[in-house]
Amino acid sequence: MNQPWTRRLRALASDQDLIQKVGYTALTLVAVSVFIPIVLVLGYLVFKGVGVIDWEFLTAMPYDGMRKGGIMPAVVGTFYLTVGTAIFSVPIGIASAVYLSEYAKDNALTRLIRIAIINLSGIPSVVYGLFGLGLFVLFLNFGTSILSASLTLSIMTLPVIISTSEEAIRAVPQSFRTVSQSLGATKWQTIRRIVLPEATPGIITGVILGLERAAGETAPILFTGAAFFLPQLPGSVFDATMALPYHLFVISTQIPEMPFQIQYGTALVLVFFVLSMNLVATIIRSRARAKRQW
Amino acid sequence: MTDKIKIESFSLLYNDRTESLRNINLDIEANQITVLFGPAGGGKSSLLRSINRLNDPDEILSMSGSILLDGENILDPKTDLISLRRRVGMVFARPVVLPMSIRKNITFGLEVMGERNYAKLSDAVERSLIQAALFDEIKDRLDDQAIALSGGQQQRLCIARTLALEPEVLLLDEPTSGLDPISTGKIETSLQLLKKAYTIILVPHSVQQAARTADNAAFFLQGDLVEYAKGKILFTSPHEKRTDDYVTGRFG
Repeated sequence: MNQPWTRRLRALASDQDLIQKVGYTALTLVAVSVFIPIVLVLGYLVFKGVGVIDWEFLTAMPYDGMRKGGIMPAVVGTFYLTVGTAIFSVPIGIASAVYLSEYAKDNALTRLIRIAIINLSGIPSVVYGLFGLGLFVLFLNFGTSILSASLTLSIMTLPVIISTSEEAIRAVPQSFRTVSQSLGATKWQTIRRIVLPEATPGIITGVILGLERAAGETAPILFTGAAFFLPQLPGSVFDATMALPYHLFVISTQIPEMPFQIQYGTALVLVFFVLSMNLVATIIRSRARAKRQW
Repeated sequence: MTDKIKIESFSLLYNDRTESLRNINLDIEANQITVLFGPAGGGKSSLLRSINRLNDPDEILSMSGSILLDGENILDPKTDLISLRRRVGMVFARPVVLPMSIRKNITFGLEVMGERNYAKLSDAVERSLIQAALFDEIKDRLDDQAIALSGGQQQRLCIARTLALEPEVLLLDEPTSGLDPISTGKIETSLQLLKKAYTIILVPHSVQQAARTADNAAFFLQGDLVEYAKGKILFTSPHEKRTDDYVTGRFG
C-alpha cells in the first residue's frame, strides 16, 4: 500500500543529490573561471616577455627612439610617483578615517563628507587627470611635474585609503575603547595606544591597495606629469617623469616598428610591480588575521 | 561609618527611553560592599555607570539630581572625567582584556597617567595581582598575552587592572556573570579583603550572590529604588512586599 509512496520519496531524494552535485560543479566551475584570465594574462606575458628581461633592461636608458635599451627611467618614475602619492594620501587618508570613525558625529557635515568620498571613488580616472591639469599644473602653476601627478594620484587614491582604514578602525571592538577610557585614558590616548595599533594591518592593506591602483594608472598622469621620453632622470619634483603605464602605452601605440618583446617585457614588469604590492598586502592581512584575538 | 558617596534625587532618562532611573536617593558607606540588585532593566548598571560618568553622553536625554563623591558633585559639567575615572574604577560584566601582555594590561592605566618608573610599575603589577588573588597562578608568565588566560583569570586580571590605579571606589557590574563557581568564590573572597581599602559597589549576578556579599543592599525595580537597608535585614526581613517577593523568588 505505501510502497509507491516510499519509492517516490527515494527517487526524489536521489534527485536532490543530483541537484546538489550539478549545483556544486557549476559553482566550482564559475569560481575557477575567475581564476582563468589572470593565469592567461600572466602566462602570456611571461611567455612573450620574460626573454627580454635582464639586468640591463631594468637599469639602462632607452635609446634609438626607445626601440632599444631598457626601461629604467619608467621604473624609477613609477617608483617616484608611488612614493609621492603615499606622502600626500597616507597621512591625510588615515587622519580622515580616524576623524570619521572616532570623532565625527552623525550630522549633515559628516554625511556630506561620506557622500563626497563615495562619489570620489566613482569618478573615471581621466577626469582626475583633467582636474589635476586644471588645478595643479595650470592654476597652482606646478607645471607638468612629479608633484602635480602625485597630487592628482593622491586625490584618486584617498577614497580607497579612507574607506579601508575606516573599516579597519571600526572593526576594533568598542569594548576596548570603553575599557581604556574607564582606566583613565583620554580619547586620543585610546586611539593611539589601542585602536590604531589594532587597526594597523587593515590600514596597511588599504594603503597598499590604493597605491597599487595609483602605480598602474595612466590617465591621471597623462596631462599632469608623464613624459613621452626624457633623456635623463628627473632632477626635482617639478620635473616631468617617465612612468611604466604611460611608457607601455607609448611604445605599444606611438612608436612604429617597435620590437614586440620590449612591449611584453614592459607590461610584465608593470604587472609584476603591481601584483607584488598586492601580494604584500595579502600577506600582511592574513598574518594579522591569524594573530588577531577578537 | 562615613558616607563616601551620596546620591541625591538622581534621575536619568535615555534617548530611547529604556532603563531610566527615577529620583534615586542613596548613601554609600565607605569601606563597605553596597550591592545594587533587582531584575534586568531596573537601572542598576545605569546608576553604576553614572558614578564614573561612563554613560555615553550622546545617549542621555536628561539627567538631574546630584551624585556627591566626598561632597563633590561629579555630575557637574566641569568635572574632570579622567581624574574621576582614576578615583572610581570600574569592572565590567564581560572580562575584556586589552590586546597586550598581562603586565601591560595592568600598567596601561598608570602609563596613560604618565608613570614611567619601572620599579613603581612592577610594584603595582605585583600588588594588584595579589589583591585580585591571581598572582600565584600567573606570576611566571606576566609577559604572555592576556587573552591566553582562562575566563576566570581574565576577570581577576580586569579587577587587578582597576586596582593598579588605586581608586577610592570600585564599581563592579556583574563581575562573575560568566564564571564558574570556583572563580566566583575567589572573587567574592577577595572583595571581602578589598573592602578594607576600597568602597565597593557591586551589581551581583544573582540574589544569592547579593545575599552572600552585601553589607548594604539596594533593591531596584523598573527605575525605582524600592528598598535600601543593611544586607542582613534586607535579605531576611525586608520591609517592602516587592522586595520580599523578589528575594524569595516569587518573581524575577
